[in-house]
Amino acid sequence: MLRIESLSKRYRTGDQALAEVSFEVPAGQMVGLIGPSGAGKSTLIRCVNRLVEPSAGRVWLKDLELTRLGRRGLRQARRRMGMIFQEYALVERLTVMENLLSGRLGYVSFWRSLTRRFPQADIDTAFRLLDRVGLSEHVDKRADALSGGQRQRVGIARALAQDPEILLVDEPTASLDPKTSRQIMRLIREVCEERRLAAIVNLHDVELAKRFMDRILGLRAGRVVYDGAPAGLTPEVLTAIYGEEDWGPAARPGEHEPGEALPQGHPGLPGGAPGGPRPPDSDAVAGAL
Amino acid sequence: MPEPASIPAVPPASGSPRTWRRPPLVADWRLRWLLILGALGYLTLAIASLDLDWARIGEGWARGLRLLSGFLSPDFTSRWEDIQAGLLESLSMALTATAAGIALSIPVALGAARNLSPLPLYLACRGLIAVSRSLQEVIVAILFVAMVGFGPLAGFLTLAFATIGFLAKLLAEAIEAIDPGQVESVRATGAGWWQVLDYGVVPQVLPRLIGLSLYRLDINFRESAVIGIVGAGGVGATLNTAMDRYEYGSAAAILILIVAVVLVTEYVSGWVRERVH
Repeated sequence: MLRIESLSKRYRTGDQALAEVSFEVPAGQMVGLIGPSGAGKSTLIRCVNRLVEPSAGRVWLKDLELTRLGRRGLRQARRRMGMIFQEYALVERLTVMENLLSGRLGYVSFWRSLTRRFPQADIDTAFRLLDRVGLSEHVDKRADALSGGQRQRVGIARALAQDPEILLVDEPTASLDPKTSRQIMRLIREVCEERRLAAIVNLHDVELAKRFMDRILGLRAGRVVYDGAPAGLTPEVLTAIYGEEDWGPAARPGEHEPGEALPQGHPGLPGGAPGGPRPPDSDAVAGAL
Repeated sequence: MPEPASIPAVPPASGSPRTWRRPPLVADWRLRWLLILGALGYLTLAIASLDLDWARIGEGWARGLRLLSGFLSPDFTSRWEDIQAGLLESLSMALTATAAGIALSIPVALGAARNLSPLPLYLACRGLIAVSRSLQEVIVAILFVAMVGFGPLAGFLTLAFATIGFLAKLLAEAIEAIDPGQVESVRATGAGWWQVLDYGVVPQVLPRLIGLSLYRLDINFRESAVIGIVGAGGVGATLNTAMDRYEYGSAAAILILIVAVVLVTEYVSGWVRERVH
C-alpha cells in the first residue's frame, strides 16, 4: 500500500529530522508512530504527502512514486491521502459543510468550488459522513462554534470525504480530554476497518497507541528504533525510544494512604499517562459517538 | 512518576531576605545617565531656540477669536447649492476611489504577503506600497492635477492611489498573520492554488478586509476635503473658496457636515464590523 525507502529530511536550519527511514504499510493496517517530541513524527507524515519536501529517499503509494511527482500529479495524489490534524486545522470561519466539502476540492474545478456548487454526489457523501460521525444537526454551524471533539470529528469526515486509500493522522488527540481522545481513536479505528484503510497515526500517548494500533513504530532522533507489535513495548523498548525513565505503574506503593485503591496498570505500561477514568479494557464502549 | 525531592518551603535561614528589582532597560548605569542627561540637554536647547513673538501671538489671538465666532454661527443657507454640490462630489469621489483602490489593493496585497509570494514578486509589491505610502495625498494630488487638470478626476486618482498604500499593506500583514494550519489542511486535500486561497486564506482575512475598507472609505472622504484645496475637486474646493472670501459661516457649515458624514461612516462601519467578525 505505502512503501517508504530510506526517507531523509534535513531542514534548512541543519536539523536532521529523519534519517534513512524505511518501512512498508500493507492495506488495512494501522501503524502507530511514537517517539519523543522532535523525533520527526510530524515530519515523516508530512513527507508522505509532501507538505514537507523530503531531502532524500522515495515514497510509493501502491505503484505511484510520490516523490517523483510534479505539482499537478502531486495534487492528484494528495486526493488519495486523507489527513487528520492536531488542533483539528478546520477553517474556523467556514461552516461544517464547507469544511467537509473542502475535502472534495481536488476533484472539482475552481469555479465550482468558488461558487460552492459542488456535485450532488459530493453533497450526498458529505451528509452521509456527517451522519456517520454524528454531527448531522450541525451542518451550517461555523467550525469555531463546535467543541474540540466535534471539531475533530469534522476533521475525520473531511479526510474521508476525499475517499482516500490511506489516512495520515497527526496527533489526533493532542488537545482532547482522555474520554474524547478514546472516542476519537475508536472512531478512526472503526472507519479504517470499514473502509480497509491503511493509516499512519502519530501519537504521544503510548497507552492509546497500544490500545488502538496494529503495529508500532518507535522513532528516536529521526530513526526507527522499534518496529513491532504493541505488546512488544516493554520498559526496555520504551527506554530505547524515549530515554531513561521509570516505566512502572503510576505511583510507587507506600506513598498513598492505605485503603485508597490504586487503579492497577497493565504490567509494563508506561506510568504517568494522562489520567482520567480508564474505561474497561474491552472495546465495547460503543455508541458513545 | 518520580518527583524530585520537595522544595523546602522555608528559605534557608541565612539572615536577610533575598531582594529583587526589575532589571533596568539599559544595564550600564553610566550609559543610562548619559542618555538621560543628553535628552534633557537637547530638550533645553530646543526650547531655547524657539523664537516666540508674544506681540504677534496677541494679535493673532484676536483674529482667531473672530474666526471662531464665525464658526459659532454656521451658515448653511447662503451657499447651500455650492456646499451640496461639493459634498456630493466628495462622496462620489471617496466611494469610487475606495472601490477602485480595493480592487487594486487585493492583488498587490497577495503579492506583498511573504507566505504566499515568491521573493521577487514580494519585493516589487512592497516597493509599490512603499511608494504609495511615502507620497502624501496632497503631493500626489498636485501631481495628478498637473496631469489631468482641475476637478474630481484628479481627486479620484489620488485617493485610489493612496488607498493601495494603506489597504495593501495592512491586508498583506493580515495575510502573513493567518493560521498556517488551516491553509495546510486545505492544501493536503489536493486543492489547487486558487482553491487554497479561496478556502484557506480568504475566510481568515475577510473580516479584516471589510473593516479596513470601511475605514479607508472614511479616510478617503476626509482626504477629499484636503486635496480639494489644491484643485482636486470635492468639498475641499468649496471650503477653500469660502475661506478665501472670509465667509466663516459657510466654512463652518462645511466643516460640520464633514464631521457629520465621518460620524455616520464611523457608526456604519462599527455596526458592519460587529456583524462580520
